[in-house]
Amino acid sequence: MNLEWYLVLSALLFAIGIIGVMVRRNPVVILLCLELMLSAGALALLTFSRMLGNQDGQVFVLIVLVVAAAEVVVGLGLVVAMFRRRLPLDVDEMKELKG
Amino acid sequence: MTLATWGWLVLLFPLVGSILIGLLFRVLAPRAAGAVGTVAILASFICGIGALFALQAEPEGSRHVASSLWTYASGGDFRIDLGIYLDPLSVFMVLVVTGVSSLIHIYSFSYMQSDEGYRRFFSYLNFFVFSMLVLVLAGNFVMLILGWALVGFSSYALISYWYRRGTATAAGMKAFVINVLGDVGLYIAAILIFAQVGAIDYGTVFAQAPDTFANNSWAINAICLCLLVGAFAKSAQMPFHTWLADAMEGPTPVSSLIHAATMVTAGVYLIARCHPLFELAPTSADVAAFVGLATLLISGTIALAVTDLKRIIAYSTMSQIGYMFVGVSIGAYSAGLFHLMTHAFFKALLFMAAGSVIAAMGNIQNIDRMRGFRKALPFTAAVLVIGSLALAGFPGTSGWFSKDEIIDFAHFRGGMYDVMWIGMLVGAFITGVYSFRIVFRILPGRACDEAKHLIETGHVVHGDPVNPLTGEQEDSEVGYPGPEHHVAEQAPGMKIAMGVLALLALIGGLVQIPGVTEVISNFLAPTFADSHFAHLHPSTGEAWTGLVIGGVISIAGILTAWLLYVRSPEVPARLIQRFTPLYTLFVNKWYGDELVDWLVVKPAQGIGRFFNNVFERFVINGATAGVSGLTRSAGAAVRELQSGMIRGYAVVMLFGIVGIVIYFLIRSI
Repeated sequence: MNLEWYLVLSALLFAIGIIGVMVRRNPVVILLCLELMLSAGALALLTFSRMLGNQDGQVFVLIVLVVAAAEVVVGLGLVVAMFRRRLPLDVDEMKELKG
Repeated sequence: MTLATWGWLVLLFPLVGSILIGLLFRVLAPRAAGAVGTVAILASFICGIGALFALQAEPEGSRHVASSLWTYASGGDFRIDLGIYLDPLSVFMVLVVTGVSSLIHIYSFSYMQSDEGYRRFFSYLNFFVFSMLVLVLAGNFVMLILGWALVGFSSYALISYWYRRGTATAAGMKAFVINVLGDVGLYIAAILIFAQVGAIDYGTVFAQAPDTFANNSWAINAICLCLLVGAFAKSAQMPFHTWLADAMEGPTPVSSLIHAATMVTAGVYLIARCHPLFELAPTSADVAAFVGLATLLISGTIALAVTDLKRIIAYSTMSQIGYMFVGVSIGAYSAGLFHLMTHAFFKALLFMAAGSVIAAMGNIQNIDRMRGFRKALPFTAAVLVIGSLALAGFPGTSGWFSKDEIIDFAHFRGGMYDVMWIGMLVGAFITGVYSFRIVFRILPGRACDEAKHLIETGHVVHGDPVNPLTGEQEDSEVGYPGPEHHVAEQAPGMKIAMGVLALLALIGGLVQIPGVTEVISNFLAPTFADSHFAHLHPSTGEAWTGLVIGGVISIAGILTAWLLYVRSPEVPARLIQRFTPLYTLFVNKWYGDELVDWLVVKPAQGIGRFFNNVFERFVINGATAGVSGLTRSAGAAVRELQSGMIRGYAVVMLFGIVGIVIYFLIRSI
């Protein structure tokens, strides 16, 4: 199988993720879509790693995984905080930090 | 102990004394503080004598040693050491400074006893002596500047000692500001020296100066003129002289210290120390000599006119320092320094005697009010006469030998220096008149009320707590006079100090009798061995001719004073009427303050006003308002973009990334 297909899959996943982030209001779904985008990035990195024949891309994937984990911790923390304060889980309502 | 050890010990004791009194001033009894201060300076004096013996033990050719405790800064070839330099000149100065200061401390121990700030006074006094010793012992120009600046600070502290007295704090500030002006000259000189020679320690600079500088080139003259600015300011020469008379606001022992042992002699020392530079720059040396001459004549005439006892003596100091300036500038180094020494004796003595009289007058300083103190204060009267005789250069006294040696050297050099010779002889006559003006106004005649009170009751009068200058009521808690009246000459300490100084003023000249002893010039010879003038000195016969001329002029001056103030006391008033414009000029100190005001203060204020009203308002305010307005409007523009919608931000980010990717794609094609 041609390696380019992996890149196409990665682009598709990324596009789905970005559309999800842009159109959905539920922060949990947005976080899911972010994960999707990160996974797409990781997949692209793996593909490039294969194409170039060295292991650098794999190392970057590990870093991406760490970043994703950290991001989920923060994101879910925010969600839990919103839930505790009985706020609606809607990102459009959260604009108190508006300049 | 080695010579260097003695040198460091000289510095150590006054510093320790000052710090000890300063830190323990709440614990220490006042008298104990005074004792600590006095003992510290005495110990320093003894170490100075130790240094003298150690120095004399060295072979004549190598009587100089530089010692360094640690290196203060170094980079490449450049080094600043915390170093001292000991040679006959610095040891001589150490002995004069510590010796006379010891006596002044002993005097102050009694004189200041009714003052509230007794401990503070002694801490300052020790620090002053320490600063002067740093200046004198410095081994490089950085240390010199350090000492120079510390002396300026100490003088500020002591002149403003009675800090609730407005005139005193103003005088302190004036002294400090003018001294800082001089310091700037010294800084520039040091920087120029470093730029030209590449070193700042005395040994290297003086050794390399003849190779570095062409004779009388602009570079060396610039350096020397900058040095002179420092010297003029510290030694109160024209045109930086205006602070000295105001400095009389300090306690009398302070005046004595500033005028006799420290501070004003620094300029003379500086020129003598830097003589290898000044000899390469004859133009600058001539400038120094002519300024000295002008100062000695001008301040002499002022001393003839003013009526404040301490100010008369202050102007006489300026005048005598003028002699020293002429001396060290025309090559009569040992004569100039010899005069420095004898002047320290009789000027300290005169101030002490004046302090005694002023105390007896209840702090009135106007000589028009004083009469008949011969009977009231016999001891003070005796030393006052001795001091005045020495100041006037009466034959046989110390001032006669020292002053006339300078005058004679000017004649010996001939040419245009003959102008100086005549000028200095005129100055000598004026000196005779004004020094005996004091004597004849204060001592003889019918006793004034204060003197009568002293004769009848044996106690001095209570002083009014008013400022003699402004007539304001004073805060006697810290201001002089203290709540109790204080001693006039009755305390043993004062008598000892005045007695020793009177003896020195009388016979101090015997160490340098032309053709007989010449101790001072022999002692200082190693320092000035490299001078062009080292082998140039008048023969014994010429020297004695000069002394005889000087003696005659001095006696003529004293006789004139006698005619004016004793024989026909109505003459001075008539003279004042006859020559009113001249008298107004003298009594207003040749309008020196007004001149400085007009030349320096007014333009400075004008510049200040310009910057405040024009520059500040339009340029600075405009700039700041512009910058703040710009940021504010930029902020307003950005603020509109902040919707708080996360998805909005995501879209913007996406477009941004897409834009960047497209940019790179296009670039790569």
